Amino acid sequence: MKLTPTPGQTVGPFFGYALPFAGGEDLVDRTHPDAVRLHGTVYDGDGVPVPDAIVELWQPDQRGVIPQEPGSLHRDGYTFTGWGRAAVDATGHYSFTTMEPGSTGDGVAPYFLLTVFARGLMDRLFTRAYLPEAAAAVDQDRLLSSVSEERRGTLLATRDADGGLRFDIHLQGELETVFLTYPNTPQFTGPQG
Amino acid sequence: MAEKTTDPDAAALSQEEIDAEIAAIHGDYRAQRDAGGVVETNARLNFPPYRSSLLRHPTKSLHHADPEDIELHSPAFGHRDVSPLEADLTLQHNGEPIGERIIVTGRVLDGDGRPVTGQLVEMWQANAAGRYMHKRDQHPAPLDPNFTGVGRALTGPNGEYSFTTIKPAPYPWKNHHNAWRSAHIHFSLFGTDFTQRIVTQMYFPGDPIFDLDPIYQSITDQAARDRLVATYDHSVSQHEWNTGYRWDIVLSGSNRTWAEEDEEH
Repeated sequence: MKLTPTPGQTVGPFFGYALPFAGGEDLVDRTHPDAVRLHGTVYDGDGVPVPDAIVELWQPDQRGVIPQEPGSLHRDGYTFTGWGRAAVDATGHYSFTTMEPGSTGDGVAPYFLLTVFARGLMDRLFTRAYLPEAAAAVDQDRLLSSVSEERRGTLLATRDADGGLRFDIHLQGELETVFLTYPNTPQFTGPQG
Repeated sequence: MAEKTTDPDAAALSQEEIDAEIAAIHGDYRAQRDAGGVVETNARLNFPPYRSSLLRHPTKSLHHADPEDIELHSPAFGHRDVSPLEADLTLQHNGEPIGERIIVTGRVLDGDGRPVTGQLVEMWQANAAGRYMHKRDQHPAPLDPNFTGVGRALTGPNGEYSFTTIKPAPYPWKNHHNAWRSAHIHFSLFGTDFTQRIVTQMYFPGDPIFDLDPIYQSITDQAARDRLVATYDHSVSQHEWNTGYRWDIVLSGSNRTWAEEDEEH
């Protein structure tokens, strides 16, 4: 049986009291010896920060193991669930406290998976934030090597002076982030421009 | 036509101008579909009558990715995360919320018709006066001290979910002059694959505002729009207590094979 998926709709502006939850942006405690900050700003097509976006994070642990531990909505301070949710602030900035992901297999550079929602964005967008080191080994990663050189940089986080990772998201414009679609995922139709 | 503004507080155009834009887009869509073109099943990311979409939709094609291990899995939620009480939005305060008490129930299925079990369903909504419990909702309708408008549930063995809540009202927004949203409930769902993640909105049958609402009309195909509209179901209504609505949600197909799932269980 093949069913047609339910269409997506915008998350709207008023998710703030519903989706964010205490500790949602902290996959590990900030005192964890391997804690790293993954953060960035969500921009619209004019390069203006989007103040009503929300970003979800999903990642393997440092060894590349995919967590299947429940408990994400009520952080117990110990369990690494691999999942997080962070609303942007008034300046469009999101921030997660997490660990760097490991590779999940041959031909897979380590990356964070991100899902982006925003008022004005009709359906969620998927992307990946690769560690900066992947830039040196693009040929060894299936996805990165399939993205044109001129846009590949939009999938690479940059390293802050303090060791943190910066990953800005551009919904549109010259620096538009490469967003992903998968088999079985309904395709967007209609004029894009 | 006036300059297209994406300012959410602009309220520049009239409803008639927005209606004409919607009619033109839908007319073009029907013509290409009737000529044997693609049948659209989703909202358009670029839907100019919804002004805020103009600067917030990608203009480049989405990049095809073969799902890797992590994308074939989904974050896990369990009974530690969600109390059964969270599915009843009328019990979250000391008093009874104002409005029409309703039950919204249905099943979550994947694109292959399999029930999606044990997965998190989140929902949020305005109250019976059309106001959200959100500091940025400044629409001058009353807040209900006994209604927050947030619910969570885990799907059951057959993919079923059920929320007890209050029917939300339409509310004004500033997309254009005298713009009103059709009454709706926001839903957020996870499947068994990361690739099935979706946020959507459920609408109520017979809403007089449907034709006027650019967010609902961003889905150009009537059959696809209809998938967001619940059905009144008298068997869900209860004597002297609530009216009932049924709404099934279909996620995309899983990209995982049965063999891989067998290995895990």
